Parts: sequence; C-alpha cells; structure tokens
Amino acid sequence: MVEWLSQPWAWYVTGPLIGLIVPLLLILGNKSFGISSSMRHICASCVPANVKFFKYDWKKEVWNLFFVGGIFLGALLATLFFPNPSAISVHPSLAEELAQYGITDFSNLVPRQLFSWKNLLTLKGFLMMIVGGFLVGFGARYAGGCTSGHSIMGLSTLQLPSLIATVCFLVGGFLMANFILPLILKL
Amino acid sequence: MKPLTDEQKTNTQTFQEPQLVETNPDFEVRSLDAICVNESHLQHKWYHNLKYIAAGMLLGIIFVKAEVISWFRIQEMFRLQSFHMYGIIGSAIAVGAFSVWLIKRFNIKTIYGETIEFHPKTFNKGQIIGGVLFGLGWAMTGACPGPLYAQIGTGATVIAITLLSAIAGTWVYGYFRDKLPH
Repeated sequence: MVEWLSQPWAWYVTGPLIGLIVPLLLILGNKSFGISSSMRHICASCVPANVKFFKYDWKKEVWNLFFVGGIFLGALLATLFFPNPSAISVHPSLAEELAQYGITDFSNLVPRQLFSWKNLLTLKGFLMMIVGGFLVGFGARYAGGCTSGHSIMGLSTLQLPSLIATVCFLVGGFLMANFILPLILKL
Repeated sequence: MKPLTDEQKTNTQTFQEPQLVETNPDFEVRSLDAICVNESHLQHKWYHNLKYIAAGMLLGIIFVKAEVISWFRIQEMFRLQSFHMYGIIGSAIAVGAFSVWLIKRFNIKTIYGETIEFHPKTFNKGQIIGGVLFGLGWAMTGACPGPLYAQIGTGATVIAITLLSAIAGTWVYGYFRDKLPH
C-alpha cells in the first residue's frame, strides 16, 4: 500500500481527482475553486493600506486561507509519509538541455540547484524566485484568477473569458520556457 | 435651469460627498473578479472552515503525488515534451465540467441546503495582459499559486520568499489597478 502510494500517480488518476475538488467545494459550502484569491485576502487582512481593491470583508472569504493552509499540510504529509524513493524521471532532451546549465540533480520536485536560500541573492535566483513570484501574483490578479480559478473552475463552467486567460497563460509559459528562460539559466 | 450660486455649489458638494465613500464594500470581488469567491450567504462559526483544511490537504497530497508542483513537469509541458500536465488539466476540466452539469441538472444543494450559485465572468483586457504575465512567471518558478503553498510543504522553504513576492505582486496590482488597462 505504502509502496503504491509512494510512486508518482498517473495523470488519469490525479486529473479527475483534481476535477472533483470543484464539486467538493461547491457542495461543502458554495465555494468556487480558486487559489490565487488567497493572496488577495492576505493583502486585505495584513496590508490593506487603504487600497480600494483590498477594502472588502475578507473575513467572509477566510475559508480560502484554511484551504491553502490545507494544501501546505497535505504536501507536507505526502512528503513525510509517501516520499518517492527514486529520482524524478525527466524527459531525455530536457535532462540534456538542463545539463548544459549544470542542473543534474533530479532528486527533488523543486530543483535544489536553482531554488535555494544560497541562490536567492544571485541574479539568476533573484530573477527566478523573486521576479518570477511577482509575475505569478501580479499576473494572476490582473487576469482575475490563476490555473485553478480560470483553467479549472472557469472552464468547467464554460466561461469564454477563462478560455482566453488559459490560452494567454500558455502563451506566456511557452515564451518563457523556450526563449527567455534559457537566457536566464545561462547566467 | 438657473446657474447655481456659489453657496448652492458648495451645498451640492457637501451633500454629494458621503456618496463618494465606497458604497460597495466588497469592491468588485464579485464583478470583474468573479472567481474564487465565497457565494454562501450563511454565517458559520469559524470551525466550519476546518473542512476546507481537509479539502486543501487532499489537493496538496494530489499535487505532490501527481508531480504537478514539479518544476521539471512544467518545463516539459511548455516544451511539449510530455503529455502529463495536459492530461491532468484536461481530465480535471472534464470531470469538473461534468460535475457542474450534474449540479445544475439535478439542482444539487450544498450540505447546508443552499442552492449552488454560479456567476458568469466578464471579459476584460486583464485576462490577456495579466494572463501572459502570469504565464511568464509560471514557467519561471515552475509553480502557479496552489503549487507554491505545496512546494513549501515539501521542504523547499525558500519558496516562502517566492510566495511573499507573489503576494507583493498581488498588492502592487491592487495599488495600480485603476491605472492599468482593463
């Protein structure tokens, strides 16, 4: 059992399970699946600074903060109790490309050779962790949602704006991964 | 109409001023940004929120075991080297859409007996500009907001800084929102 739980799970098991989060939240209490809003509620509760966008009753949305707290705990449990014993399988051409930049450690889902406290203040680390994070937060709110809110919840309810947003997420991702990131990794 | 005297002008201004105060305290939580919100009108004690921790934990476990939070999987997705992420997102949408259809078709209620509500989203330019910016960040960090929380849970503590930076990005968006094209 533990052995089975420890290996990575297939997409056709995990995709439908993620899809079931949509009706689960709706049935538990009329909540729309969405994660990036949690960051707005954090702003509204901690640093509203009289900004109109953060002046709303965040306490009414506090469920979302419990939800993301759960995501953190779930990941912690999965890592503690069902860790994947083998290295992450990476597509050969990606492995080859990454080797050029000195990335050869595939033992963690978050590559340690890129994302570490030591790298935080290097130019590469600053761009990937701090600028990258900023773009995720800024872009998600500007787009009105992220992968969960637009791509999963929005498309599940057949919303055209969510389809447009999802296509734009992919456009940005393609541009970064294929054209900009190689330059950053070279640094 | 007679032109207003100075006194009348001041009067109208003082009269109108209270109306300039934000009348909608939930400022566009539900219009432009009609997503990821709480549609329940019921008031509950705080511990009712514990069930969302459980739902979140389930998702966190799936995120790790599906390797959705893996930087490598995101790179493969954007380089078209693997079907994995497309399969996950695609099947999640299929199951989500079918569940929503069932909820609407059979008028399924919440566990508190409330009718489940859906709110249509309106298009604005933010979905394009913000969407591309988000995509750039997603491919760089290898994480969208959910996986950021999960990555910290796997022990990559430095991602807390990425999350803080994402929160800062959210705040900066809120601050400049009126000046940005929508």
